Amino acid sequence: MRRAAAVTAAGIAARLSRRLGAGGGTALPGLIAERIDPGIVRSLAGQMALGSVLVTGTNGKTTTSRLLRNIVAGAGMQPVANAEGSNMMRGIAAALAGAAGWRGDVRSPANRAGVFEVDEATLPLVAREVAPRAIVFTNLFRDQLDRYGEVDTVASLWQEAVRALPEGVIIVINGDDPSTASLGEHARGRVIVYGLDDPRASSAGIEHAADARWCRWCGAELGYTAVFYGHIGHWACDSCGSARPRPDVACVSATPAQDGMDCEFHTPAGEFAVTLPLQGLYNVYNALAAAAGGVALGLDNAVLRNGLAQSTAAFGRQERLLVQGRQVEIILAKNPAGLNQVLRTIRSNNPQMDVAFFLNDRVADGRDISWIWDVDFDLLAGKLRGLTVSGRRAWDMALRLKYAGLADAPRVEPSTKRALRIALGQTPEGETLYVIPTYTAMLEVRNVLGRWAGRGAFWQGESR
Amino acid sequence: MNLRLAHLYPKQMNIYGDRGNIISLRQRCWRRGISLEVEELDIGAPLDPERFDMAFIGGAQDREQQRVAQDLREVKGEALHLAAESGVVILAVCGGYQLMGHYYREAGGEELPGLGLLDIHTVHPGAQARRFIGNVVAEWRGMTVVGFENHGGRTFLGNGASPLAKIISGHGNNGKDRSEGAVRRNVFGTYLHGSLLPKNPRFADHLVTLALQRRHGDVQLEPLDDMVEEAAHQEAVRLATRRTLIRLGG
Repeated sequence: MRRAAAVTAAGIAARLSRRLGAGGGTALPGLIAERIDPGIVRSLAGQMALGSVLVTGTNGKTTTSRLLRNIVAGAGMQPVANAEGSNMMRGIAAALAGAAGWRGDVRSPANRAGVFEVDEATLPLVAREVAPRAIVFTNLFRDQLDRYGEVDTVASLWQEAVRALPEGVIIVINGDDPSTASLGEHARGRVIVYGLDDPRASSAGIEHAADARWCRWCGAELGYTAVFYGHIGHWACDSCGSARPRPDVACVSATPAQDGMDCEFHTPAGEFAVTLPLQGLYNVYNALAAAAGGVALGLDNAVLRNGLAQSTAAFGRQERLLVQGRQVEIILAKNPAGLNQVLRTIRSNNPQMDVAFFLNDRVADGRDISWIWDVDFDLLAGKLRGLTVSGRRAWDMALRLKYAGLADAPRVEPSTKRALRIALGQTPEGETLYVIPTYTAMLEVRNVLGRWAGRGAFWQGESR
Repeated sequence: MNLRLAHLYPKQMNIYGDRGNIISLRQRCWRRGISLEVEELDIGAPLDPERFDMAFIGGAQDREQQRVAQDLREVKGEALHLAAESGVVILAVCGGYQLMGHYYREAGGEELPGLGLLDIHTVHPGAQARRFIGNVVAEWRGMTVVGFENHGGRTFLGNGASPLAKIISGHGNNGKDRSEGAVRRNVFGTYLHGSLLPKNPRFADHLVTLALQRRHGDVQLEPLDDMVEEAAHQEAVRLATRRTLIRLGG
C-alpha cells in the first residue's frame, strides 16, 4: 500500500518536474518515494528476477553502466537503470519507481535486470538495500576530496562493503588498478578480474596525477612494466611480492581507429573482436568493465560483442553534435587522471585544435579546484588554434593554461552562452570544437548547444 | 641569478595540486631571467643544508604522512634545522605544515612526532569532528591571500611562532582564534592550497625575494604582468566572501 503510494507520488513528481523543465525529474521523485516508503529500493529491487549489477568507481561508471545496459538489453532483458547519472540512493529509488506500475510492483519482473551506477561513498548503503548479483569496481583516483576527505577513506569503505557481502555476490574488479585489485582478497564469493593485455598501449611513464603507486599491503613503491594511464597498468611490488592479478576478461589488442577503438577481447568463453565506437584507452577499460559485468551475469560473447559495438556515448562523454556547421564534441572533465586521458586522446587525433574549457566549483564539480594543477595541460602545447575559457573559476583555469605555456592571456568569458558563441566563431567551419566542462558546466553547455543544434534537453534523449 | 629549491617528497606529499606551487615559482623566476633549479628529494634521500635556497613540502594522506614523518626525523631533520637557521626559505602546506610542528595527535590519540621547526602542535579532535573544508580568504601584510583548506587537524601556535595570516573567511588553523598558518623567520606553514602560490603572486614573490636576498644581498624583483594572476585572486575572494571589496586591518 505504502509502496504503491510512493510509486504514484514519484511518478507525479517526475512528470511535473519534467514539464516544468526543472531538470529531468531525476532526484526529486526518488527523494519523495523514499520519504513515503523508506524500504522501496529493497522491495522493488528484490522483485527483479534477473537481479542487479552495481557499477562504482571514480572514473567511467556512467559509461560502463551505459555499455552494460546495452549488453543486458541485447540479451533480451529489460534493464532498469539510473541513466541520468543520478547515482545516490534517491536516483536508484527513482529508477525503480519508474519501472513500477500503479500497484507498486515492478512491471514484468520476470524479465527485469537492474544496472545501477553508484556513487563511491554511497556504495555500502546501496549494496545492502539492493542485494545485487554483482558489483563492478572500475578504479580509484583522487576526486572530490572536499567531499570524501581522502582517497584512502573510499578504499576502506569499499573493503568493508565487500567483506560484508553474502557469498553469492560476484565481485568484478579492475586488476590493473592496485586499489581495486586489492578488493579481491576481501571477497567471500567469486571474483572476476579484468585488465588490459596490450603492452603497445603503454605510455612512457607514470603521470603527475598518479596516486596509488604505493603497495596496499606493505607500503613500498610499486614497480610498473606497463603504465596505461595514471596508476593503471601492470604493477608489482618487489618488496612483498604482490602483483597485478591475471585477468579473466582481457583486452589483448587495442588500436585507435576512425572514431573508435579496434579491440580484441578474451573471456573465459573464448575470444571476440569488436570496434568500440568510443575513443581512448579509458573507454577500453569501460568496455572491459561492462564485458566483465556481462560475464558475471552469465551472458555469452556474441551478446557482449553486440552490446559493445552498438554503444553510444553517455551524456557529456564524447557526445558529438553539429552546431552551425562545426562538429562539437563535449567531453566531461572530472579529475586529473580522466582529463589527462582526454587531452592525450584529442591530441593524437588532431594537428590543430579548437578547445573551450569550462571550470565550475559547485558541489557536484568538487569545490576544490586544486586538481587542475595536477593535469598535464602542456600536452596541448603547439597544438592549439583556438582557446576559450569559461566557468565560475575561469580565471583559475586561464592561469593554469598560462603557466602550462599555452597562452599568455587566454580568452576568458564567464558567461557560458557567450563563451560558446566565441569558441564556435573561432572554429573554422567543418572543423571540430572540443568543449571540456566540469560536471555542472557540462549540464549548462549541453542545454545551450542542444538548443542551437536543435536537440532536446538531456533527459529526453535517454530511454528508460 | 639562480636559485635552488628542494622539493621534499613529491611522490608522497602531493595530494592537493601541490605541484602548482612549484610551477608558480618556476614561472615567476623564469619570466625574470632567474634560473630556478628544482631537485626532488624522496624518502631516504639525504638533504645537504648548504645546497638549497628554498624547500617545499606539500600535503598527503595519513598513510603516506607517517612514512614521511619518520624520514623527516631520521634522515632530513637535522639538515632542515640547519637550513632554517641559515635562513633558507621553507614553505610547508597542509600535511607538510603539520609535520613542521612539535607533534600531530591523531584522532585515536596516538602522537606522531614532528620536526619542531615551527612552534606549533596539531590535534585531531576525533573521527566525529567536522573537517575544515572550503574556500579561505585571509589577511597577510595588509593584503589578501586566498586558497582552499581541507584538514581534520586543529593547529595551535606557541609563543615562538606568529600567525602567517588572519582569517577573513574560512576556518584557518583551528577555527577559534582566526589565525591561519604560522611563520618563524623564513619558515612558512599554511593550510592553504588551491594551489596557493599561482593565485597569490605577491606571496610567491615574497618567498623568492627572501631567497634571493639571502644569497645575493639586496635584490628587488621586477614587476610582472599579473593580470591573469590578480583576476584569479579576485575571483577567489569574491566567491569566498560574496564581496568584491574587503576591508583590511579590522
